[in-house]
Amino acid sequence: MQRSVKNIYRLGIKELRSLYRDPVMLFMIIWAFSASIYIAGTSISHDLHNASIAIVDEDQSPLSLRIRSAFLPPYFKQPDIIAFQDIDEGMDLDKYSFVLVIPEEFEADVLRGRQPTLQVNLDATAVMIAGIGSGYIQNIVNDEISRFISNGPSTSQSPVDMRLRYAFNPNLSSKWFTSIMEVISNITMFVILLTGAALIREREHGTIEHLLVMPVTPIEIMLSKVWANGLVILTATAFCLWVMIEGVLQVPIAGSVPLFLLGTLLYLFFASALGIFLGTTARSMPQFGLLFIITILPMNLLSGGQTPLESQPEWLQHIMWFVPSTHFVSFAQAILYRGAGLDIVWPNFLAVSVVGLSLLTLSALAFRRSIAA
Amino acid sequence: MNRQERSVITLSHVTHVYGKTQALDDVSLEIPAGKMIGFIGPDGVGKSTLFGLVAGARKIQSGEIKVLGQDIGNDKKRKDLLPRIAYMPQGLGKNLYMDLTVFENLDFFARLFGQGKAEREARIKTLLKATGLDPFPDRPAGKLSGGMKQKLGLCCSLIHDPDLLILDEPTTGVDPLSRRQFWDLIRSIRKDRPQMSVLIATAYMEEAEGFDWLAAMNDGKILDTGTAEELKDKTGGGTLEEAFIALVDDGKQVKHEKLALPPYEDGHGEDPVIVTKNLTKKFGAFTAVNDVSVEIMPGEIFGFLGSNGCGKTTTMKMLTGLLPASEGEVKIFGKTPSNNDMEFRHRVGYMSQAFSLYSELTVWQNLELHAQLFHVPDDTIKPRIDELLRRFGLETHKDTLPSSLPLGVRQRLSLAVAVVHEPEMLILDEPTSGVDPVARDEFWKLLIDLSRNKKTTIFISTHFMNEGMRCDRITLMHEGNILACDAPDKLIADKGKKTLEEAFIAYMEEANAEKGAKPDSSAAGDITASVEDDKKTGALLALVQGTRRIAAYAMREAKELSRDRIREAFAFFGTMILMLVFGFGITFDVENITFAVLDQDKTPESRLYTQALEGSRYFTEKAPLIDHADMDHRLKSGQITLALDIPPGFGKDLLRQKSPEVAVWVDGAMPFRAETAGGYMQGLHYDFIGRLYEEYYGEQVALSPVSIEPRFLYNQGFKSAYAIVPSVIALMLLFIPSILAALSVVREKELGSITNLYVTPTSKFEFLLGKQIPYVAITMMNFLLLVLTAWLVFGVPVKGSFIALFIGAFLYAGCTTALGLFFSAFTGTQIAALAVTAIMTLLPAVQFSGLMQPVSTLEGVGAFIGRIYPTTHFITVAKGAFAKDLDFAELWPSLRALLISWPIILAAGIFFLKKQEA
Repeated sequence: MQRSVKNIYRLGIKELRSLYRDPVMLFMIIWAFSASIYIAGTSISHDLHNASIAIVDEDQSPLSLRIRSAFLPPYFKQPDIIAFQDIDEGMDLDKYSFVLVIPEEFEADVLRGRQPTLQVNLDATAVMIAGIGSGYIQNIVNDEISRFISNGPSTSQSPVDMRLRYAFNPNLSSKWFTSIMEVISNITMFVILLTGAALIREREHGTIEHLLVMPVTPIEIMLSKVWANGLVILTATAFCLWVMIEGVLQVPIAGSVPLFLLGTLLYLFFASALGIFLGTTARSMPQFGLLFIITILPMNLLSGGQTPLESQPEWLQHIMWFVPSTHFVSFAQAILYRGAGLDIVWPNFLAVSVVGLSLLTLSALAFRRSIAA
Repeated sequence: MNRQERSVITLSHVTHVYGKTQALDDVSLEIPAGKMIGFIGPDGVGKSTLFGLVAGARKIQSGEIKVLGQDIGNDKKRKDLLPRIAYMPQGLGKNLYMDLTVFENLDFFARLFGQGKAEREARIKTLLKATGLDPFPDRPAGKLSGGMKQKLGLCCSLIHDPDLLILDEPTTGVDPLSRRQFWDLIRSIRKDRPQMSVLIATAYMEEAEGFDWLAAMNDGKILDTGTAEELKDKTGGGTLEEAFIALVDDGKQVKHEKLALPPYEDGHGEDPVIVTKNLTKKFGAFTAVNDVSVEIMPGEIFGFLGSNGCGKTTTMKMLTGLLPASEGEVKIFGKTPSNNDMEFRHRVGYMSQAFSLYSELTVWQNLELHAQLFHVPDDTIKPRIDELLRRFGLETHKDTLPSSLPLGVRQRLSLAVAVVHEPEMLILDEPTSGVDPVARDEFWKLLIDLSRNKKTTIFISTHFMNEGMRCDRITLMHEGNILACDAPDKLIADKGKKTLEEAFIAYMEEANAEKGAKPDSSAAGDITASVEDDKKTGALLALVQGTRRIAAYAMREAKELSRDRIREAFAFFGTMILMLVFGFGITFDVENITFAVLDQDKTPESRLYTQALEGSRYFTEKAPLIDHADMDHRLKSGQITLALDIPPGFGKDLLRQKSPEVAVWVDGAMPFRAETAGGYMQGLHYDFIGRLYEEYYGEQVALSPVSIEPRFLYNQGFKSAYAIVPSVIALMLLFIPSILAALSVVREKELGSITNLYVTPTSKFEFLLGKQIPYVAITMMNFLLLVLTAWLVFGVPVKGSFIALFIGAFLYAGCTTALGLFFSAFTGTQIAALAVTAIMTLLPAVQFSGLMQPVSTLEGVGAFIGRIYPTTHFITVAKGAFAKDLDFAELWPSLRALLISWPIILAAGIFFLKKQEA
């Protein structure tokens, strides 16, 4: 037992030394956990931002002018005023995501209480922005009109008020979301890549065979890769959270980073087991590359980190429940955004551990079989 | 022969350095033309570097080299020179493609030199015939024996009638019979083309004796030149080997004594260490080892001699327990070796044929790791390693990485590693292949010491007959069978020959005669095909030849891909599977928002409010909340996305028109979803007010002075599928093609066949474009498959111009594969290429290309990347063609962007790709 632990430790040191000699790989890891996070965090905004809008103003009244000037950055770009017949072209060429049409006699109809119709053309192929944007436009227009009618801020008494608040991210800053989701997807990607590709390289260079004539078991070889690569990624993650996310990007982290790292540690078992599994299944690096892409893309896009899980068809949700990255995303959001404690995230931790350990066992079996052949 | 070409190669003051290691030190040399020229010397003295420089595969650092009268350092001249030079790098079949057949390999090389169909076929036919490879034109190169691989390599080198043939250790690791045939072949070729000069590096001194002119090298310097006789006369040595040793260092001459093997003392009734009985191994229908029975005694040196692929390695793997035997049994130390027997592994040291130490660890670190893994006690590790370093002459290399060490030194390191735990038995698989005579003698001294003084049993395989002579007993193996097994002297006597080599060849010929197979090397006379050159001239000829080279790389790549079933299947159907998953899985429709109500009022009015949510198709209700703590907990755990808090007295206040306030909490963790949910909630709130008026006051109220009518263009149902499917196609056509293209280049770098780019007239453009064609073709097939899936499975047909979409996909495929090639220029290992390509495609494509949100809404770096990334433009084309019913003219701006990107990316790839090794 003690020997086994020593072997695992020493083989792991070897992994670290190997990685240290691969400058491209080192650079990629550093890049992925610093610059890449920064770019993702600062470039993408899920909320309405700089949306391109054009207005067809057939009324040319004080009210329509008011509405025109109400579309302001940062939500909207300065609106273009276009003619009715230009709508299709502008939309077709993606020049505008929205075109608002203010009909003739609009102001007059409003004043007469005739409830005239405003048309909003949306490019519905940009689903996300279209949905949010139409809400914004409605609010802006309504605000302007009620202000116009009452000649001041809207004071009309509603029978019920609703106070809508966004918990955990009051300003709905998407930087919070994208930067941390980028960390998560990079963790998955690198652990699989490091363990799986390291395994293939050992096989292509014949060093695996060499290890197997030594008093070392396949399990020890595997676990050494798990801990060494896991350590690298865990360190990178911790650095990234404290320095990049909290420091540079100024994203407040609600919960406990150590708790999140603990969860990450559990997740690393799964991810490295998956890497080893893919590494044993693939016979060469190009094959591994394909397998890698085919597994990483769905894990990345369907785990709830990019698109909402709840909107997926039910069968897919059931499948995704068994994929630990779903739980990883889930507890990452719970801990980092909502400040959840272990009392809340333990079911996720448990699920990640159970699936991770099962896959680790499966990988160990596959690995042993693959080198016996 | 004019005067200029008196000397085929002139080196003046050539110096070459790798990091701190000096490979060539101010070498100046004139090499006479039209001769067989041998370079002899230990490993790592700079022979391979010199050959690489002369062949144009390496970039000259300093000095000048004239080959065939031209300066090879000049890029333009080199281009003209390369078709006149043939270069066979060191290593068995290093420049061959193992998945390709014999014929395909030859055909590929012929195309690289721009030969037409008739010429190619004629040449290949004669070459195959001359080398005796004609019975197996359809055998994959990887399945050839070592000797045959080298013959094929030679054929490939001779395909273009070179004036200079450069062979770097061509017979290393080849059995004696094949070796003899190889040299016969070279001789007959030279008879036919006397003007051809042949440059050979060799480790076999017997071979070197037969050459016309020799250059002895040591330590990056030329020691002496001349014929074998001249060298022997100068030093007074009896054999060339002795002469060389004398040249290397006059002082050491005395020290070097002939290796003596003390006689083996028969064990006194000891049990044999290794016993095999009828050992057989079959791989499918192929019998690798057939009925091998041997007994080896403790302390014996037992040699295994035989051609490559005769089953030596397989037998050794069965002895170590790496491979299970198909039939028969193995007993080592009286036990059957098993995979899990750690005790057994402690007693055995194994050195495999290929160098299999960690090239990323230094010499010291490798030794340390192995000592630790064999559980050498911690306090004895350091003295033990120090002793090994001293004994194996590795002290100066202690902190060097093995990859920068010469082969001979690496082999010494391998042996040091194999004995680090002082095993009782050593299994050494061709440990001295490629090692020079001096180093080999040193190596054997160590072995003899281990055997005689430490009673280590040594089981060794080798190609060298003089090493065979040093064994106590040897086994001659051929095609899985044992031909003979006895003391070497006895074997020679049995056949009535003078040397072991002759005896072995006699045994092999006997075995071959039984099978009736005999390679026909008599036809070697007519090696050069007399084919008329193409009638075309000048620019046209260059164009035709260039096209042929592009076709050569394209066809080779396509063939290799088609041989790899898994890769092929994934390349075709992987995208479709992903498309199905994403098409169903990615959706930005915000639905099934989970909510729970904390109703502190519990009046009909509060229930009326709740009903507004219950009725909505966007919301899914969960069990009611008990209190604020519960609300907090469930929001935190993500069980609910929205919590509705109705205060006590809500109903009463409402009826009294006191404007009560409900509180709604939305989980903001996923901002866009939260925002949408908030929007829905707002709508429902107004709904409630409307219903309230209706129920309590019986009147319809217009809450808003205007009605806003959203018109969803292109996607009337406002469903994600219409938006997602075109984007997913764009993603699918990006990742897999770029990764495959990147790996295809880096793989050649790792396996060594990239040399063919360096030493043939292939330009970088031809190389990359040739590589690209098959991947673009696959990508296009993929594209059609995806369009079909979009239509049939997702019901998203192409509404606009299919032609435009098709052209867009074609240009996009060009861009994505070119991106892969571009990344490959920077990466040396496949793993790094994979990582770089994955990172550099995944983020920009998913985040910045308009998949998630329009590029116009991005900021900073992301916006910049988004604007130039090809995926952005293809998504515009795809969306335009699928959803927007756009025609060609309207899609032209995006198509144009793709049309411009392709050559730019490819040009960048060409710019960064190296045409010569450093």
